[in-house]
Amino acid sequence: MSNPRFGMVIDTRKCVGCMDCVVACQTENDVPQGFCRDWIATEVRGTFPALTMEIRSERCNHCDNPPCVSCCPTGASHVEEFGRVVHVTANRCIGCKACLAACPYGARYVHPEGYVDKCTFCMHRVKEGKDPACVSVCPTHCMVFGDLDDPKSRVSELLRTRKWHVNLPEAGTRPRVYYLT
Amino acid sequence: MEQLSRRRFLKITAGAFGAAAAATQVEPMLRAADAPKGTVVEIPTYCEMCFWRCGGIASVRDGKLWKFEGNPRDPQSRGRLCPRGTGAVGSHFDRDRLQKPLIRTGERGKEAWKAVTWDEAFTFIAERMSRIKAEHGPESIVMFNHGVGVRFLQHVLKSWGCTGFAGPSFAQCRGPRDVGFTLTYGMGLGSPEPTDIENTGCLTLIGSHLGENMHNSQVQEFAAAVERRIPIIVVDPRFSVAASKATHWLPIKPGTDLALILAWMHVIVAEGLYDRAFVEKHGHGFEKFALELKSSTPEWAAAETGIDAALIRTTAREMARHRPASLVHPGRRVNWNGDDAQRSRAIALLNALLGNWARKGGLFYSQGMKVAGFPLPKYPQSAKPAADNPNGERYPFADETVTTGLRETTLTGKPYPIKGWWVYSSNIVQALPNPAETLKAIQALDLLVVVDTLPSEIAGYADVVLPEAMFLERYDELLTGWGRQGWLSLRQPVVPPPGDQKPGWWMAKELAAKLGVPECMPFKDIEEYLAFRVEKSGLSWQELKKVGVIMGPKQPTTIEEGLEIEFPTPSGKVEFWSDQLAAKGFDPVPKYKAPPQAPDGFYRLVSGRAPVHTFSRTQTNPLLHDLMPENELWVNAATAAKLGVRGGQYVKLRNEDGVVSNRIRVKATQRIRPDTLYMVYGFGHENPMMKTAYRRGASAAQLNTRYVTDPLMGGTSIHGNFVTIVKEA
Repeated sequence: MSNPRFGMVIDTRKCVGCMDCVVACQTENDVPQGFCRDWIATEVRGTFPALTMEIRSERCNHCDNPPCVSCCPTGASHVEEFGRVVHVTANRCIGCKACLAACPYGARYVHPEGYVDKCTFCMHRVKEGKDPACVSVCPTHCMVFGDLDDPKSRVSELLRTRKWHVNLPEAGTRPRVYYLT
Repeated sequence: MEQLSRRRFLKITAGAFGAAAAATQVEPMLRAADAPKGTVVEIPTYCEMCFWRCGGIASVRDGKLWKFEGNPRDPQSRGRLCPRGTGAVGSHFDRDRLQKPLIRTGERGKEAWKAVTWDEAFTFIAERMSRIKAEHGPESIVMFNHGVGVRFLQHVLKSWGCTGFAGPSFAQCRGPRDVGFTLTYGMGLGSPEPTDIENTGCLTLIGSHLGENMHNSQVQEFAAAVERRIPIIVVDPRFSVAASKATHWLPIKPGTDLALILAWMHVIVAEGLYDRAFVEKHGHGFEKFALELKSSTPEWAAAETGIDAALIRTTAREMARHRPASLVHPGRRVNWNGDDAQRSRAIALLNALLGNWARKGGLFYSQGMKVAGFPLPKYPQSAKPAADNPNGERYPFADETVTTGLRETTLTGKPYPIKGWWVYSSNIVQALPNPAETLKAIQALDLLVVVDTLPSEIAGYADVVLPEAMFLERYDELLTGWGRQGWLSLRQPVVPPPGDQKPGWWMAKELAAKLGVPECMPFKDIEEYLAFRVEKSGLSWQELKKVGVIMGPKQPTTIEEGLEIEFPTPSGKVEFWSDQLAAKGFDPVPKYKAPPQAPDGFYRLVSGRAPVHTFSRTQTNPLLHDLMPENELWVNAATAAKLGVRGGQYVKLRNEDGVVSNRIRVKATQRIRPDTLYMVYGFGHENPMMKTAYRRGASAAQLNTRYVTDPLMGGTSIHGNFVTIVKEA
C-alpha cells in the first residue's frame, strides 16, 4: 500500500456546533487551558427571517502547499512522511512565530512552554488504527477522516458525490479539510 | 410480601456474596492509582453531567484522570459523549469545588463559615432535625433534589419519616408535558423521551432546540435525520441550530404556540388527513373535539402567531403526508407560559391525529429491564396530607411533588409548618422562579442542609454544607434505563476525590446512624448493595464492573414489532375530549388564550440551553468555562440599531417589577425576532465562592418575577416576563 495522504471531510449540514470536538481535542492532547487546536466557525447569511447558516469545525488544514513549512527557519514545521501531515517538532521550534503569521487559517498558537502547537490529525491515534479524537467523539458523525489518495476511501467517495468547498482556496495552500454543503 | 428480619436478611446476603467477594479484592480505581508510569487504565461508568446519563469510559493515565469517552455498549451515548460529558474531567479538577463540610457561623447568606469534621456536621444536623421532629413532626422537613446520587439520602429521610421530596424536573421542566400526555394517553413519556427520530419520515420541533440542548442520543438521531433529508419543521422565535437545518422554519411570536397547534389540527381534521382507523378504534370524544377546532383556522392563527396561513397549511399537510412515521417532538423543558399542560396536551392530540403512538417513526413504547431490589425496611406511614399539594387541592392533576408548592407551604405554614430543607445537587435559587420568594421562605427555616459538589447559590444560604464527591469519584445507585431496549448501567469510582468530599451513599449511612435509623441501611457499603442487586438478577457483578453496561432483553416497542397497545385513561381510549378535565372545570379540549402584549419599550425574554453547559452547575468547570464563560443577550440587529446598542457591548436588563440583572454582553444578530430577547439560562452566579463564574453573565431566573402557575399541575412559567435594556453608564 502506498503512503496515505490524510484529509478530513466535514458535513456542515450535520454539524450542530456543539464544540465536543474542541473539548475532546483538549483532553486527548493535553492542550493547556485557554488554548485550542480546533474551534467552531459559524457563518450566518441573510436578513431575518430569510436566513442560512453554515457551522464548521475548523483546525489546521494540513495543506498540500503549507506556507508554515516553507517559512520555518529551523525546520521544526515540516511535512511528515507518514500521511503527509504537517507537524511541528517541539524541541526544534524557537517560537519565532513566523508560521503564525504565514498560516491564513489561524490554526497555530504558542504553547506556554514556548513552542508552537497545533492539530496533529491525532497521528498517535491514527497509528493505532483509531480516528482522530474530534472525529471519534462527534455526536453528529459529521466528520470523516481518511486517505484522499485512495479512491475507495469514504473521504474520496464523499468528495465525488457531494458538493463541497475548502476554506480560503484563494490562498493557494491546497487545504485538506473539506466542508460538505 | 414477606417481611425480612434483619437477621434473616444478613444471612441471605452473606450467601449471595461468598463468590463475589473473593473476586473483588482489586478495585479498578486502586489498580489505576498503582499502575506503572505511562499506563492507561480504562474504567466504565455512567455520566451525571446532565440527566441523560450516558455510559462512558474514563481513562486514568499515571494515576491521574485523563479523559472520558462514550461507551460503545451504551444506548444513550452509542460510544460518543456530548461536550459536557467529554468535559467531565474538568469538574474533577474544578478549583471552586467544595472541599470540607461547613457550618454557618454568621447570618444566612453572609458567607461566614467554619470547616468542621463530617461527624460534627452530622451531629449538628441530627440534633436540629430531632428538635423539628419533636415539635412539628418529620413531615416538616422536606427535600429538593436532582440526580441519581440522592437515592440513599432520600431513603434515609423517608425511613426517618419525611414525606416531601421534589425535583425541579417536574414543575420547572417536563412535568406539564407528562401531565398533558397522561390526560390524553393515560401515561407520561418519561425520560429519555421515546421519540423514534431514527425512523421518522417527518420531524416537527416546537421550541425544542436539539443540537443546542445536547440530549445525546436524540441529537445523534437528529443529525442522521438531517442527512436523510426528511422534512423537518422547526417552530422557534429564534433561528436555532435546528432551525438552520430545517425544511420549514416558523419564527413564531412567543406565547402563541397553542394557536399554531390548534390550526394545524384544524387543517388535518378539516381536510380529512388524520389517521381515521386509529381515531375510530382508539379515540374518545373525537366529534366534540373536531367541533371545538372549527374556528381555529390558519387565517385566525396567522394573526396570533405571525406565521403565514399558507405556511401553516403546507406544514400541516407535510406532517400528515408522512404519518404514522411523522413525529411532533413533545419537548422537555416545556414550562413556558403557565398553560403548558394544555399546550402539551395539544401536542399529544396532534400526534394522535398522526396515529404515531407505538409506531415505527413515531412515539415508541419504552421498555425497561427487571433488576432485583435489595430488601429494605418499609417506610413509616404519615397521616398528614402532602405538604406541596394538600389533598390535591392546589394542583388537581399534579402526579409528582411540586417544588414551588413546598416553597409556598414553607412561606404560609399551611397546612403545617415546614422548618427544615435538604437540598441535594439542585441550585433552587436559579431553578425555581423568583429567587426572592425562595430566599424569603428560607427565613422561616430552622435548618437548611445543602449537599453539592460546588458552592452553588443555595449553598450560600445553608446552615450546613456537605461537599459531595463528583460522579467520577463515587458509586451510586444502579441505572435501570428505559428505551428501545432496557439496560443496566453502573456508576463506579474512577479516581478518588481530591479532598474531604464524600459520596451521597456514605453520607446517608452516617446520617442514618445519627438519626437512630441505622437499620434502613443494612449493608456494609454500597458495593455490597449493588453486587447483591446485580447477582440476584442473574447477572455478574464482575462483568458489570468491567463493561459498565448490560442490555436487557429485546421486547416489542411498536405495533410493527407486535406490541399490543392499551390506554389507561378513564375511558380506556385516547381522550380527544377529556371528561376529567371538564369535571374539574378545565377546558376539555385545549383552548388558546392570547398572551399579554409587551408594554412600550419592553421585549419578551425567552431562554434556552447551550451545548456546553447544564443548568447553573457547570459554569466553573475549567474546560466548559473556556468554551462559554458567560451568556450573551441575543438582540435582533435592527432592534439593537434602534436602541443604539452594539454587539459586544455590556448592558443590563430591567423587568416590569424593577428587577435589574447583572451585566450581559449583547449579541446583535439576524437570528431572532425583533420583539424577542434570548439568553442561555444558568449564568450570573451570585455566590462569590464560585470564583470562576461569579457575576459572569446574567441570570434569567432572577428576572422571572412574573411567573404563572399552571392551574392543572403547578408548573411555573419561565417566558412570562418583559424586559427593557438598560445601557451601562
